[in-house]
Formats: sequence, C-alpha cells, structure tokens
Amino acid sequence: MSAPTYNFAYLDEQTKRMIRRAILKAIAIPGYQVPFASREMPMPYGWGTGGVQVTAAIIGSADVLKVIDQGSDDTTNAVSIRKFFAKTAGVKTTTHTADATIIQTRHRIPEARLHARQVLVYQVPIPEPLRFLEPRETETRKMHALADYGLMHVKLYEDIARHGHIATTYAYPVKVDGRYVMDPSPTPKFDNPKMNDCAALQLFGAGREKRIYAIPPYTTVVSLDFEDHPFERYRFDAPCALCGSTEGYLDEVITDDRGSRMFVCSDTDHCETRRALGHKGEMLGTAPEATP
Amino acid sequence: MTMTESDKPLLAAETLSKSYGRHVGCRDVSFELYEGEVLAVVGESGSGKSTLLQVLSGQLDPSAGRVLYRMRDGVARDLATLGEAERRFLFRTDWGYVHQDPTLGLRMAVSAGANVGERLMAVGSRHYGRIRGTALDWLERVEIDRDRVDDAPKTYSGGMRQRLQIARNLVTRPRLVFMDEPTGGLDVSVQARLLDLLRGLVSELGLAAVIVTHDLAVARLLSHRIIVMKNGAVIETGLSDQVLDDPREAYTQLLVSSVLPA
Repeated sequence: MSAPTYNFAYLDEQTKRMIRRAILKAIAIPGYQVPFASREMPMPYGWGTGGVQVTAAIIGSADVLKVIDQGSDDTTNAVSIRKFFAKTAGVKTTTHTADATIIQTRHRIPEARLHARQVLVYQVPIPEPLRFLEPRETETRKMHALADYGLMHVKLYEDIARHGHIATTYAYPVKVDGRYVMDPSPTPKFDNPKMNDCAALQLFGAGREKRIYAIPPYTTVVSLDFEDHPFERYRFDAPCALCGSTEGYLDEVITDDRGSRMFVCSDTDHCETRRALGHKGEMLGTAPEATP
Repeated sequence: MTMTESDKPLLAAETLSKSYGRHVGCRDVSFELYEGEVLAVVGESGSGKSTLLQVLSGQLDPSAGRVLYRMRDGVARDLATLGEAERRFLFRTDWGYVHQDPTLGLRMAVSAGANVGERLMAVGSRHYGRIRGTALDWLERVEIDRDRVDDAPKTYSGGMRQRLQIARNLVTRPRLVFMDEPTGGLDVSVQARLLDLLRGLVSELGLAAVIVTHDLAVARLLSHRIIVMKNGAVIETGLSDQVLDDPREAYTQLLVSSVLPA
C-alpha cells in the first residue's frame, strides 16, 4: 500500500456504500437525478468532486484509471485526480483509452469507441437541464416526474429565433430511454451521439449539487431538436494539424499575434495513437528541435 | 327534446368555500357557466373574488364544496379528483389564465414568439416553422407588430404585455379562460383597446370566461352575467344589464352608483 493512512480510495466504506446505492438507483432509472449525501473532498467544488466520489465508490484494486480534462490527459485537473487515486487507492493509471477500465472525464467522451468493460465517469457542474428556465427545484422535480418537458424546447426555440440555428454547443439536452431529459453537462454536443447505444456504463456525478445520474449500457439517448432544425454535429474547417484526423473534435490554438491558428485533436490519446500509426498532419515535425 | 352536450354546464361551482384559518376567503358560492358565456365577478377589494378564481381554476383547494368541469370527452369531472398531470394538461390546453400582472403570466426573458409557442411545444409541437407561424398569426390577432416576435416582453409596454399574455393563453384554443383584473394597471385608452380586443376574441372563439374585476365598466362591456360578492359571499347574481341597470341589493346599488356614468 502506498498510503496506509487513507482508506482505500480515500472515502470510508460507509460513504462508498451510500454512493453505490445512489448509483444503482440511477442505473435502474436511466437519466433520473438521484440525490446523494455528497461529501467534502480535498479539492474545490467545480474541480470534479462529484466525479471523484463516483470513481472512489466504484474503483477496485484491479482497475486501471484514466482521467481527462477536455480531451487531455495532461492538464492540472487530470494529472491531480490521477495522482490522487494512484496515492489513495494504489491503482494503475493510464492515458490510453483502450487500456482503461474507468475513465473519469470533465467534458469529452474519448474518440476511441468504448467497450463493455469500461465505465465513463463524468464530472458534472449543473445536473438540472431545466435550471436556467425554471429556477425552482420543487417545480423542476415535478416537471421531471410528469415528463413535462415543453420548456426545454422553448430554450431551443429561443436559440433558433436569435441565431438562426440551435446555438447550444455544450450541455445540449438529451432524452434518455424515451423518458427523462438529461443534461450531459459541459460535454460538447459533438459528443452527444456517442452516448447513444454506448457499450460502456456512463455515470454522472455532481458534487456541489449532490446528484448522481446514469446511462446504462446500450441505452437510447436522443438529442432534442425540431423537425425542421434537426440536431447537427458540427464540422471543423480543417483537419488536425498533427495527426490529420478529420473525424475528431478539434481545439483551435492561436499560434501567434498575427492571426495564425492551428486545429489539433482535443483527445490527446487519440492524436498520439494516430501519429504512432503513421498518420501525419500538416504541422507535425515542423517545430524546431530544442537545443541544449 | 334531448340534451345536447353544450346544454350542460362547462363549469359548475357547488357550494364552494375557502377559508384561511379563521379568515373567510369565500363561502358557499354556487353557479354554473355554459359554453361561450362570460361571467364577471365583481366586488370591492377583499371581497373574495380572487380567492374564488383560484379555487375555480384548481390552484387552491376548496375548504368545502367542489368544482366540476366538463372535459372535452363530455364527462364532468371534479377538479379535486384530477391528478397533477391531468390538471396541468388542462391548464395548458383547455384553459387559459390571464393574470393582472403580465410578468406572472409571461416568461419575461424569452422572446414573444417563444412565449406564444410554449403551450404548443408543451403539447408536443416539434416543428419550428409552424410554431413560429402560429405565433406570428397570434401576434397579429392581438395587434402586436410581427416585427416584435423576437423581442422579449421586458421590452414591451404594459398594454402590449397584457395582449401578449392573452395570445399566449389562446394559442391552444382553450374553451375556458380565467381572467384576474385583465385591465388593472393600464391607462384608460389602453384599457379600452384591450377590452375591445377581448370582446372580439371572446365572441369569435366562442370562449367561456370568468372575469374578476372591480371595474363595472369591464363587466358591462364583456360579460353576459354578473356575480356580486361581498365579504366572501355572493349577494346578487343576474344578467349583466339587469344587475347594472336595476340593482336589487343596497351594496350593488352603491357599487353601481359609485361609477361615473359612461
């Protein structure tokens, strides 16, 4: 054991059981927000306290953990959470999507297709899709209970009226299993189609709002839209500058103060894997070698 | 002669009472409202008019008595026995509720078009073009410029807001509309225009309506029948002309005589 002073995966066993009960209920009612007694975690709200608690509740010593922030394995948030579990649970960590059994994510769903032995854990800031239209929690609960979701389309209507198209690009509302409307949270809508009929279990944890919800494997997830303004995944103007991918979700990086920019894969593991396979983007290898 | 459906009352109040602890909101109110009929409830402030309206529209539970509503299938149902889902559905299809303060009845931060379209979307309309088309039609019917369809009601004047609220309520072609002081807080010329519009819509759509007002001019212009309330009880009821021109009760005489001649 690397850190004998902590219980396995930081949380005490009673807390983990409480969270597991919430998770089981969430899986039983796809898309329904289950309240749970969220704990203080040694990190600020907004940094993934919900996701960390879910991961802590489900992780076992044989698991291999991958953590991404946006699509990246090497940002502060991702590195810290990975280290946190390496220290408190002594589990193996990885950056390779295919090798991971648990993937905790802040926004993105990995480009590589997930398989049935994986669990995707989302960190959720605001679990309630109706919140910005209906501030009362009592009322939104009633609306969910009665499947009274007309209001959700009011939001999309507003988008079209103002911008000519549905301009919501992230936290794009979905209907899970034909029943509950759910907020995929800050996930870009580009990834919404990946939630549908996904082989992996998807768990969502919101620490500050104290809610857990889930999409069981192979569940129908439909992005809301209008008949004459159907849901569209956006396309990027250029391929990835490093690996040449035209399929993935790209980040736009400004490279100087004269308007130059490059597009690169947001999923760093995906990009690296492609480069290892010999795919080559326009700007790959053009950076000057560092001189000692 | 056989009774046809429209011969049966649309809404019936049976000995309705509502008390707030020891304070009485309204007591022992009974009446029937038929399709296409407009009933005005008049009385001074504090006489229980608004309480009555909230009990009638199912927003408050009566302390005693019941409210029967004849659903579209022809069956009269006690509002208290409706489930929450049924009540909500009724509220956004077959009924309308026009608040005195339009900020309560509108979503102030979303556009006029979305305000009108909300009910359509709530009952399953999923075609943006058609929803918008219907919204534009209704704006026109309530005399709001089509160009304002994408503006939020917070940029509207008081009279426009009230007209928008009416459009939002009528878009699903309800059979019954509750109105709580629909012209309150508007200046006189705007009131006149709104009343004119309401009168036109009510007769064109064959709406039944319960209008709560302290303004007898509104009652005279819009209603077929009048109920006069005092201290929570109905003290006089009858055809509008009859009540206004030949009031029986001393209190009604006082009310009528306190109005400037039209």
